[in-house]
Amino acid sequence: MAVAIIGAGHSRFGNRRDVNVAELAWESMKQAFDRANVVQKDIDFYIVGMAGLWSSEAAVPSLIAEYAKLYAGSMRIEAACATGSASIGAGYNAIESGEADVVLILGLEKMQESPNPTVIEIIGRYGSYFWEFENFGLTFPAYYALYATAYMNAYNAKEEDFGNVAVKNHYYGSKNPYAQFQKEISLEQALNSPYIAWPFKLYDCSPITDGSACVILASEEKVKEFGLDDTVWIISQGSRTGTANLSKRENFLSFDSARRASQMAYRKAGIDAEKPYLHLDGADVHDCFTSAEIMAYEDLGFAKRGEGVELIREEQTYIGGRIPVNVDGGLKAKGHPVGATGVSQAVEAYKQLLGEAEKGRQVDIKHGRWLTHNIGGTGHYAYVTIYGLEKR
Amino acid sequence: MEYRKAGEKNIKEYGFPVTIDEKLGTLQWVDLRELTLSYLICIENIAPFFENMREGKLVTTRCPECGEIFFPPQKDCPNCMISEMEWIELGREGTLETLTVVFVRPPTFARYDPYVVAIVRLDDGVKITAWLRGDPEKVKIGDRVRIEIKRREKEGHYMYEIVPVEG
Ligand SMILES: [Zn+2]
Repeated sequence: MAVAIIGAGHSRFGNRRDVNVAELAWESMKQAFDRANVVQKDIDFYIVGMAGLWSSEAAVPSLIAEYAKLYAGSMRIEAACATGSASIGAGYNAIESGEADVVLILGLEKMQESPNPTVIEIIGRYGSYFWEFENFGLTFPAYYALYATAYMNAYNAKEEDFGNVAVKNHYYGSKNPYAQFQKEISLEQALNSPYIAWPFKLYDCSPITDGSACVILASEEKVKEFGLDDTVWIISQGSRTGTANLSKRENFLSFDSARRASQMAYRKAGIDAEKPYLHLDGADVHDCFTSAEIMAYEDLGFAKRGEGVELIREEQTYIGGRIPVNVDGGLKAKGHPVGATGVSQAVEAYKQLLGEAEKGRQVDIKHGRWLTHNIGGTGHYAYVTIYGLEKR
Repeated sequence: MEYRKAGEKNIKEYGFPVTIDEKLGTLQWVDLRELTLSYLICIENIAPFFENMREGKLVTTRCPECGEIFFPPQKDCPNCMISEMEWIELGREGTLETLTVVFVRPPTFARYDPYVVAIVRLDDGVKITAWLRGDPEKVKIGDRVRIEIKRREKEGHYMYEIVPVEG
């Protein structure tokens, strides 16, 4: 049974201390309801993807039941920064199994309810608590920096290569009215920003973000029943889990979890894993740090091992290049509200495939397929999802 | 936290614990129910790791059936489904695999200056994450390093650390 996205919504990302948790959720839900032309009683089940702890509300599905009058069955899902894609996967499975026909997926995070140092403290714990955080004080940038250092050493990548990822993603962020940072930056600005965790500087890091994103999924029968033709289908999803301790990983040049998740997604979609970019119009990859985007190029097969850095040097991931990547600004400029990120990527896939992205960042859709790569922690959870205009 | 102070001050002046967001100018209720978290983490089944560290030795578990060495030490072998693990002493030398310098620290590490975290592959094959003592600019990936055990400067407890091998 095929599963479609029939509506999508996206709040403005950034400092959203102008709304509370429920109001922020409603912003994207309202848009998704309107777009799908459904109401609360049409929803059979809903999932709230939220990592939480930095924000006040924990029983968010109930908060939503009350605020939005949505009383279908529900659950909350957490898979660190891959929470959004994990939630979409669970919704997809609910429909595939025949248990539900219409499922609402809400990705949500209100990180700025806590001060930045508290958030830094909490995210640093998304590894092995005892063997990495408790005694060695690793932070989220530091985990990724361990990979970045190894990558620079192995493939002669430079800090300015990482800076160029920030420049690209800020360029596209400047064209996205929902992005946290809607300003272009220069390479000098990126390179002159202060160190956070060497080799990462401030502009290598995604920000602390509030935001919500929502998609409504429906079975093929419901798509017919509703008479919809502007839908995007979930073609496939692959997922894998990596070890808690980075010291248990084979090397620091690639996420084995992401590589295998992408192979699963390609196989199910019938996409050649050697040159997948020949079958895709674009991708959203998990650039929580700039080097992570370059590593994602390789883990996804957009470039050969060690050659990801060439893609950014040659501007091959801008629109018009080999494959446009993060033309919504990515986590880097659009922002990274942890639980909302994977859903935001799905919203971007939906908009791009239907030709509804804003001026200056709409990709020319030829193959009708878009990929999202959503990583929780530092390769701890990997979800690769392929969306398409034609059902599989 | 400054906003806690502002909130408490405003109880007197405004009647509620509130503050104004400095960027947006929007009204915020300042939560008064501050939470402190400190976990009890069971180390009963890997106690020899700590007892030996106190004696200056680095030990871990090995499965007597399949021979896999586990670091961090594990009580159980998921390959062989057995729990009778043996303790072995690890060699102290290895090669530096990667490193970073943590400039922006979590508040609970604010007492320390920026610190270097590295991952080493010991000659036994297992990898270990720890702080690296010494100047990060003077070490590079592939350098020979060794593990030393010392008391932590601030907390005072024993911990293992990575030090460059001279020459
Ligand atoms: Zn065994």
